[in-house]
Amino acid sequence: MNFIYKPLATFGRYILLMGKVFSRPERFRMYWKQYLKEMQQLGIDSIGIVLMISFFIGAVICIQMKVNVSSPWMPRFSTGFTTREILLLEFSSSIMCLILAGKVGSNIASEIGTMRVTQQIDALEIMGVNSASFLILPKILGLVTMIPFLVVFSMVAGFGGAYGISLMGIITPEDLTYGLQHSFNQWYLWMGIIKSFFFAFIIASVSAFYGYTVEGGSVEVGKASTDSVVHCSMLILFADIFLTQLLS
Amino acid sequence: MIEIKNLYKSFEDKDVLKGITTTFPAGQTNLIIGQSGSGKTVLMKCIVGLLTPTSGEILYDGRDFVSMNKREKAMLRREMGMIFQSAALFDSMTVLENVMFPLDMFSSMTLRDRTRRAQQCLDRVNLSDAQHKFPDEISGGMQKRVAIARAIALNPKYLFCDEPNSGLDPKTSLVIDALIHDITVEFNMTTIMNTHDMNSVMGIGDSIIFIKEGLQEWTGDKSQVAVSDNQALTDFIFASDLLKKARQAFV
Repeated sequence: MNFIYKPLATFGRYILLMGKVFSRPERFRMYWKQYLKEMQQLGIDSIGIVLMISFFIGAVICIQMKVNVSSPWMPRFSTGFTTREILLLEFSSSIMCLILAGKVGSNIASEIGTMRVTQQIDALEIMGVNSASFLILPKILGLVTMIPFLVVFSMVAGFGGAYGISLMGIITPEDLTYGLQHSFNQWYLWMGIIKSFFFAFIIASVSAFYGYTVEGGSVEVGKASTDSVVHCSMLILFADIFLTQLLS
Repeated sequence: MIEIKNLYKSFEDKDVLKGITTTFPAGQTNLIIGQSGSGKTVLMKCIVGLLTPTSGEILYDGRDFVSMNKREKAMLRREMGMIFQSAALFDSMTVLENVMFPLDMFSSMTLRDRTRRAQQCLDRVNLSDAQHKFPDEISGGMQKRVAIARAIALNPKYLFCDEPNSGLDPKTSLVIDALIHDITVEFNMTTIMNTHDMNSVMGIGDSIIFIKEGLQEWTGDKSQVAVSDNQALTDFIFASDLLKKARQAFV
């Protein structure tokens, strides 16, 4: 029965923690300050890695599509078209969020976990501060605010990578441009952004849960960090199935 | 004044506190001493509300902390200050920001007044020069002093210290002890301190409670420790041969 009880108990504790997180802040000014800090730390500081990965993946997708999909029977714009669809529909929202679960998720879990084991969270509680809300709410809101920008930057960088390949002569820029613009459905862009809001919530809240509930020392903080990345990734993949079905 | 009445705390089937009843008067340093694992940290955590007792009462000037709701507890906690074993400073903030934090959170002062108050607290612990440094840039003793400054920023009525001398050299420990004692007397606070440090026991132990295996074994003050005939207390305090000889000479 432990295999049923344990996940249910963990889910219950997660829900209780979220109840504490979404309670009325003691002092909006302090939360606002934290919110701005988290937007910087979780969002702006992730722009570099998002741009770099997206640029190269965009380039690789373009090459793969050209090599594997193109044939005399396929129109020349198919490479650009498929590259766009992959980037908009899956890569820039879901896969980018899986990457962010690794970078941002482990950051959140280890930061809060370290605060727990060094008694900084106890210090907040003794002062009468709702530590769960003060530490976690700005992170959730900060990441949810920044994620659409990261998704859009990822899309743009991915297209940039594909253009980079076209400049190398593997595909003509004209064919790529035509493919990228062909039958463009604006909803696909919004779909990626809408999905990313859910993924951002999962990353911030689940990682914070694992960090906040750490008991022990540095080994447990490391384990919490790993657990948070694993569980965030699994939840993102599950959520992706439902959201894709729901939004398509 | 803090009164503890018949306090029990169990973890699953293990009884850690077994009916502690004591009073911690205001304006003096009240020490809780005992071996590692005797239950003194659990007692402290129960008193400040980090753990919920299995049964018993904790009265802060007559107000029962255990039966309070969340909001009432949060309000009472604003009258508390705590110094942790590890100092527990917020490492993303400077020394000044750490001391200002409770003021930022709970006071309605202007920024200028909050800054001035935090600087006063840092002056009180002789750390005004370090206000722009981060916790990892200052020594362990200085971190403890910053923790004291942060704890007194809101003029608390109750001060809790969990082994504040842990990891400090004897000279710095004396400085921290003196500071805690002076502040307690100056602001007429009810101070409760967990300690292993015999210098603290002999130096600032206005009131001492000795806990053994979750039971209150002995109570008294620093003048009674050396002459007590309680074997468990004597074995704990005068553990080394040197101290045993010193006691024999004293008695």
